[in-house]
Amino acid sequence: MKFLSEYRGPELVKKYLEQIFHVTTKRWKLMEICGGQTHSLVKNGILDMLPGQITMVHGPGCPVCVTPVSIIDEAIYLSQQPGIIVCSFGDMLRVPGSRKSLLGTKAEGADVRILYSPLDAVRLAKENPGKEIVFFAVGFETTAPANALSIVQAHQSGINNYSILASHVLVPPAMEALLSDDANEIDAFLAAGHVCTIMGMEEYYPIAEKYKTPVVITGFEPVDLLQGILLAVQQLEKGEYKVENQYARYVQREGNRLAKETMMEVFAVSDRVWRGIGNIPQSGYEVNEQYKQYNARVKFKLNLPVAEENKDCISGDIMKGLKKPFQCPNFSMSCKPEHPLGAPMVSSEGACAAYYHYASAKEQEEII
Amino acid sequence: MQLECPIPKFDFDVITLGHGSGGLLTHQLLKSGVFDILKNELLDQQHDGASFMLNGPVAFSSDSYVITPAFFPGGNIGELAINGTVNDLAMCGASPKYLSLAFIIEEGLATDEFRQILVSIKEAAQRAGVKIVTGDTKVVEKGKGDKLFINTSGIGLIHPKADIHHKNIEPGDKIIISGNIATHGIAIMSVRKGLEFESAIESDTTNLNRTIENLLDHFGNDIKFLRDPTRGGVASVLNEIAELISLGFVIDQRSLPVDEQVEGACEMLGLDPLYVANEGVFMAVVKNEMAEDMVSLLQKDENGRNATIIGEVVTDHPGKVIMKSRIGGRRVVNYLAGEQLPRIC
Repeated sequence: MKFLSEYRGPELVKKYLEQIFHVTTKRWKLMEICGGQTHSLVKNGILDMLPGQITMVHGPGCPVCVTPVSIIDEAIYLSQQPGIIVCSFGDMLRVPGSRKSLLGTKAEGADVRILYSPLDAVRLAKENPGKEIVFFAVGFETTAPANALSIVQAHQSGINNYSILASHVLVPPAMEALLSDDANEIDAFLAAGHVCTIMGMEEYYPIAEKYKTPVVITGFEPVDLLQGILLAVQQLEKGEYKVENQYARYVQREGNRLAKETMMEVFAVSDRVWRGIGNIPQSGYEVNEQYKQYNARVKFKLNLPVAEENKDCISGDIMKGLKKPFQCPNFSMSCKPEHPLGAPMVSSEGACAAYYHYASAKEQEEII
Repeated sequence: MQLECPIPKFDFDVITLGHGSGGLLTHQLLKSGVFDILKNELLDQQHDGASFMLNGPVAFSSDSYVITPAFFPGGNIGELAINGTVNDLAMCGASPKYLSLAFIIEEGLATDEFRQILVSIKEAAQRAGVKIVTGDTKVVEKGKGDKLFINTSGIGLIHPKADIHHKNIEPGDKIIISGNIATHGIAIMSVRKGLEFESAIESDTTNLNRTIENLLDHFGNDIKFLRDPTRGGVASVLNEIAELISLGFVIDQRSLPVDEQVEGACEMLGLDPLYVANEGVFMAVVKNEMAEDMVSLLQKDENGRNATIIGEVVTDHPGKVIMKSRIGGRRVVNYLAGEQLPRIC
């Protein structure tokens, strides 16, 4: 496959690995922001191939994982109301709310549908004028443009039975929150390539500067990740802290202008609670005043009590990079994909799921 | 495929509750449909059950088919219901002989669709060389079913040279896969409501019994174990067997045959082909020394053109499946937990 197979070749992997071994002289902790990167690292067995001095810690970039219980409860509540169809991306369905998951309410008869695109939800609204269609709009800056576009489209077509339940989160405020935590030991970031494809690079310069931390915008294939790690380690070894772009085949400095304009048309930056981490100021998007009729929270006057996170789940420590999934006493014991305590075990980008499914035999033996 | 005789038409447009009542309408449905299309001397006896002779050890298997949508690229629920049970018998080392066929129809099913399904059933049975000898038809209220559910059960004669049992598997044995994986699952997903995407991927559903018979004729008990990795995909089957035999499996990612389009669709949807359902594909655990010869034989068969060795049985990590990644890393391949759900981004 073009643009994929080239980045999976064993020869290039070997070349970058050799260079990483060559430049590494000290111990470094690198955080990959995105859950997609975590999965690729674990799935391809890269963690075992790196020099012992390099520790990869897994960041908060899994939109499913950081969606708080309260918002999942809102989605579940909506799905239980007569006349409402809740649409969602597939991997949200298994994530536990305070009492059950969307998959659970679906089994009880709620009309919950899996879609790939919010634009399909707008189409569903058009086809079902007697129903209210709510799209569970979860995601980082990557999914926000399509969700914003769905509202613009609904608005332009005069569709009134469509709204979104926004749970949008933003990467840079989370990076700042992590870096300003005294417990953090992050030496460098591999920033999320897809997020930067939309947003560009500008937001990362002040962070690299303020916290003297290298930021390398990185892709998702083995060669991407190893090249990103190499660039970050080279900076660290030289004492530099620049923003570099490994993923230049997609990421441009200014990002995707059209996508950003669409987002700005529909969303306003808001405070957002992150599962396991807590409230991070100005770290999310909410539907703005102008388009509030498409905000499910306004439309259905949602005012549910704030639900507590499961205390047995250490997802906050996992997503802050303070602990590895294996260090959780419940990992693969009382917390498994079929009965998760928290989202990181079920999301396709969750760190715990990555370790559960793909960790090397050596690592798995260590758990037992 | 050319049919032997013209297919009769029903004189009603949709199937109603009355067609399952056991009365006149049921009689009409069976007479002008099921019996006429599927006729053979055993079914024509029209008794409560079929009577026949079988000489030798037999295998017996049953499966229900609830696939949505009932018609999909490359096939429909009818041929799937025949191929599925035929293949389950073949995996036991048996030549399928007789099948039962039971329908649970949701009221409102168009008779045209029902007829198409019956014709597919007839053709699939002919290809596999099996006879449908007994059956049942029930109709449930609208909303109580999903168009049509089918159950088939089948009985087959065990091949005289076959000794298919997981207890025969030994360290050093090779794992063969007969063809491209994940094709069926992705073909179905491409037409599933709400998730449609454009593709030319067609289900590879087919009967594997003749391929297996040929393999058994040549290699007999050097074939230790057979399984068609349908639901749960290749990964789930490997885990199941590894656990049963307390040995490990090592598979090589580079050797896994996946059609390029299917691989592309998996990338897009965030699915791992190892967990996607298969139809016209089987896995065999075979004696090391004979593995290459078996692959050569399979590659001459239309159901085995992409056959290849994907891994081997080891004494390390008993009960676990390890995959060597394309780039030389190693990772555990686990069971599929629940349904594979498409990802966010």
